[in-house]
Amino acid sequence: MIDKLLIANRGEIACRIIRTARKIGIATVAVYSDADASALHVALADESIHIGSPPAKESYLAADKIIAAARKLGANAIHPGYGFLSENADFARLCENNQIIFVGPPAAAIEAMGSKSAAKKIMQKAGVPLIPGYHDNDQSDTALQKAAQEMGYPVLLKASSGGGGKGMRQVWRQEDFTAALEAARREALASFGDDAMLVEKYLTRPRHVEVQIFCDQHGQGVYLFERDCSVQRRHQKIIEEAPAPGLGAALRKQMGETALRAAQAIDYVGAGTVEFLLDEDGQFYFMEMNTRLQVEHPVTEKITGEDLVEWQLRVAEGAPLPKSQQQLTAKGHAFEARIYAEDPANGFLPSTGRLKMLQPPEEDTHTRVDTGVQEGDEVSVFYDPMIAKLVVWDENRDKALQRLLSALQQYYVDGVTTNIPFLYSVAASEPFRSARLVTTFIDLYQDQLLPGRPELAEDTLAIMALLEMLNRQRGSTINREDPHSPWSLQNAWRANEVHCQQLRLTAGNQEFELYITPSKGIEPAPGSWQVQYRQQVWQVSGSLEGHYIHAIINGHRSRVAWSGNEQGFVIFTAGHALRFAAVTPDLGDTEIAGANPSFQAPMNGTIVKLTAEPGEQVKAGATLMIMEAMKMEHCITAPVDGKVKQYFFAAGDLVDGGTTLLEYEPYEA
Amino acid sequence: MPVVKSRINTKAESYAHNTKHMRSLVDDLCQKVAKIKLGGGEDAATRHQARGKLLPRERINYLLDDGSPFLEIGQLAGWNVYQDYVPCAGVIAGIGRVSGTECMIVANDATVKGGTYYPMTVKKHLRAQTIAEQNHLPCIYLVDSGGANLPRQDEVFPDREHFGRIFFNQANMSAQNIPQIAVVMGSCTAGGAYVPAMADESIIVKQQGTIFLGGPPLVKAATGEIVSAEELGGGEVHTRTSGVADQLANNDHHALELARDAIARLNRVKHIQLDVQPSREPLYPPEELYGIVPADSRQTVDVREIIARIVDGSELDEFKPLYGTTLVCGFARLFGYPVGIVANNGILFGESALKGTHFIELCAKRKIPLIFLQNITGFMVGKQYEADGIAKHGAKMVTAVACAKVPKLTVLIGGSFGAGNYGMCGRAYDPRFLFMWPNARISVMGGEQAAGVLARVKREQKERSGENWSAEQEAEFKQPIIETYEKQGHPYYASARLWDDGVIDPADTRMVLGLSLSACLNKPLEDTTFGVFRM
Repeated sequence: MIDKLLIANRGEIACRIIRTARKIGIATVAVYSDADASALHVALADESIHIGSPPAKESYLAADKIIAAARKLGANAIHPGYGFLSENADFARLCENNQIIFVGPPAAAIEAMGSKSAAKKIMQKAGVPLIPGYHDNDQSDTALQKAAQEMGYPVLLKASSGGGGKGMRQVWRQEDFTAALEAARREALASFGDDAMLVEKYLTRPRHVEVQIFCDQHGQGVYLFERDCSVQRRHQKIIEEAPAPGLGAALRKQMGETALRAAQAIDYVGAGTVEFLLDEDGQFYFMEMNTRLQVEHPVTEKITGEDLVEWQLRVAEGAPLPKSQQQLTAKGHAFEARIYAEDPANGFLPSTGRLKMLQPPEEDTHTRVDTGVQEGDEVSVFYDPMIAKLVVWDENRDKALQRLLSALQQYYVDGVTTNIPFLYSVAASEPFRSARLVTTFIDLYQDQLLPGRPELAEDTLAIMALLEMLNRQRGSTINREDPHSPWSLQNAWRANEVHCQQLRLTAGNQEFELYITPSKGIEPAPGSWQVQYRQQVWQVSGSLEGHYIHAIINGHRSRVAWSGNEQGFVIFTAGHALRFAAVTPDLGDTEIAGANPSFQAPMNGTIVKLTAEPGEQVKAGATLMIMEAMKMEHCITAPVDGKVKQYFFAAGDLVDGGTTLLEYEPYEA
Repeated sequence: MPVVKSRINTKAESYAHNTKHMRSLVDDLCQKVAKIKLGGGEDAATRHQARGKLLPRERINYLLDDGSPFLEIGQLAGWNVYQDYVPCAGVIAGIGRVSGTECMIVANDATVKGGTYYPMTVKKHLRAQTIAEQNHLPCIYLVDSGGANLPRQDEVFPDREHFGRIFFNQANMSAQNIPQIAVVMGSCTAGGAYVPAMADESIIVKQQGTIFLGGPPLVKAATGEIVSAEELGGGEVHTRTSGVADQLANNDHHALELARDAIARLNRVKHIQLDVQPSREPLYPPEELYGIVPADSRQTVDVREIIARIVDGSELDEFKPLYGTTLVCGFARLFGYPVGIVANNGILFGESALKGTHFIELCAKRKIPLIFLQNITGFMVGKQYEADGIAKHGAKMVTAVACAKVPKLTVLIGGSFGAGNYGMCGRAYDPRFLFMWPNARISVMGGEQAAGVLARVKREQKERSGENWSAEQEAEFKQPIIETYEKQGHPYYASARLWDDGVIDPADTRMVLGLSLSACLNKPLEDTTFGVFRM
């Protein structure tokens, strides 16, 4: 029995595991690095313990610290989640040696699948179809090239102990082979410390279809159907779905049983995923087996109605599988989109920063959001920049896709750049709608996928103006003792004239000059104005409610999500985050105003020390000279970056108050 | 509370006629104001802006909280008073919210004759200060003025209510903790230098504001010293060396931001000592006032129709509704604040005066602010009325009005003639605010009556000396008198001389009164002690 479970992970998966553990009455322990002290998984767990500094090898990869934490807090099981230590056989063994249940497969099974070439040999023996390939120990150029020629181009060069696309090369022609091999070896050596290569037949329109399997400690195994994860970017999955579209019942069964056979060949226990490449002709080939819970497991949960983490925990406790193959059915269709803090327009570079706004769509029976962060959290450089997994389900693929699109449009994040608009354009693209799935999907259809710059509809301008005005109103103080005072009406009333206010907004690279007048009537509804831009006039009114603005623009009511701070606002329309800001008056340098730019002695005194070399670059605030007067030391400091041109006095000199002490030259940027 | 049931037929021909008439008056007013708003004109404005300065109205708009109303006073001050064109008398004044606090803002308009003080400028500045003092409103002076208008020194310098009074007021308001904040955004010369110097806190704009007792020309004449304005009294000098100003601002915007900060840290709390309820709009649209007010001032209208378009929910709880019916008194609410309304509904008789006195006593005792709606030709005259003691009854009402310490607000909605003006809280009775509708008239008596009285005196003289005076001659004699009365009784003439705080659109009456009343409540309500009532 598991009494107390330590989760050796962070982020959404830690939260997700804690949720199930709590559901079935298992106490939880979270571990955290300095960067995660106030993270959601720490808040959710019953107990938590600090394990080190932010870099993963100091904390989440530090097996000893985690074992020590489990022992200290009396956790008798460890769930490794995915990533980090989840596929580390040594760690599994370490758990075993410490009488801690490792929620995962036996160390031997992890090892068996750890080396790709070794795994393939086992699979071959078990009758699992493999892509024609060369997995031999003879790593000579000639041997590899000969193999390539035999299976026919195109071929794929892969690092034996690789993963994640590192040390991998497509070779389309024989004359490119040598160069590609060298490059792949170099990369493999750098990444894995091992440049052993294997050669595979390269499939031109393959799909990534993986089967979820589960085995207990009593030799029983089931498959929980498949997932299609073809939509990938540099071997990073973007949108996953279950079941795989267009897979017939026969093929589904065949793939499921093959996957199970693969697992049983290594005496597998627990949750595992067998990844196949499915070619256009219905042939499928074993790629690899992941000996852990997958990121995308929720889509399987959605179609089967099972809780895979609960299964994991039960199986780890030694219980038989909760259901037999006959009892398992797949119902409906599910999608998962991975929401990342990254910038698709800038080579998917991770984006870091504080999540000023994090407003996921509402969760219900159709929509699930697995996340490990909260509004106000920092997306740091230390870990994977995934913000959440958005999972939707409905009766069929079309309906589920509709839900996915709508949920993506209601996913509001500000503070970091996200891939949400990109996910939306992928999901909305015609090839995706018609399920023309292929692992090269993103490259193949890239022209259709990068979201264009959103068109700034003129009504959007009216909403921006409304948002700006409502926020200004909110900034004004209402006297609590005098709540109904007409002074609080915010109608900008003027005697015998209508007050017209210019509002300049910048959005994109454009500047818009708007004119705002209060709506007619003595006591107009609070927050109502007339907005004019060129020839266009809108009657706008509305109110703010949390992250939403309820806007009425010329009678058209809408609810728009927004976020903002002193720098400006962002509104979310049709999956796009539109940024804008009001042009504010230049107040000049309010910091320097008042600082003393002259270098005069504040009073009569003695020079104690010259603290900078003439000509030496100094920073603003650096001490330039120390003088003593009235038994106190006074520092003369640099107002801005620059250098001392010359000192007029030396240590020991007496100076009169008001005497200029030195000549300073600000640094010209 | 009882609701006033309107009996106005908005389809009537007279309604349309009245509307047209009032509309033309309001349009004329708005046109004048639009012109006045431009200050000293385009050339002056361009020169002003070329120096990086904001126009005075821009300064006020930026200073105010977003969306704050601005209750301008003396908009028409100086209008057609001088040969020179002096819109707004060269100084813009009014109340607005700054950092959540209602403040009196006084902003010189340097585009109008360099912001120099004409007699009306002084009067307006002093009026603004009086309002601030009577209502405990912090003052913000946006100074940009060349000081006294030298050719008119005899009208601006020596007397009690002249230039020097500005600083007297600053000192005495400061003494009462009515904060005085000065922002020097241009010249501040000679006497003007005392505005920042006397202020509780002062801000000066770098390379733009100057403060000195004597400017460079005077210095050169007096001592031969040649010095630039900036060296003599610029921001650097005054914030680093002399300490005449406290904060150095980079530009107008920065200075106004600093002024907002200064108000934000005043530690003032507005305590409302009234039983306040949520505000409700009148049941009838205020624009209907246009059709209700007769185009011909000799025609009458039930004043309840007007009250119904001003007060919350059009509700009026009348006091003594069956007695002294030519004066309507009653309790109502305005933006949720309780108010007592005293409104003429015909000529004042002894009974009406007694009723008014009683009602004013009630309101003063209960500390309910009073609103006077004046439309009065005077007290009734004649043998019977004099014998009944109308003079002493009128005197009782005048005593009550004079002594009542609750906030008093007056609007001239029609005629304001003779002693009626006193009993209905005319300017001399210190209403906290007094506004006029564009159709109103104010004079000691009506032009016709005055001409008639003067003609009678003349005729008696003529007859004593045995001269003949034909009806034509009499008419000829009367005509200029009537014209003079009409001219001098006109709201623009009155407002130009600051006999009131402004001419307002009747449809704005509720807003103007509401803002005024709320501003009044910055000062704690006082107890009233009445003088001796002649019984």
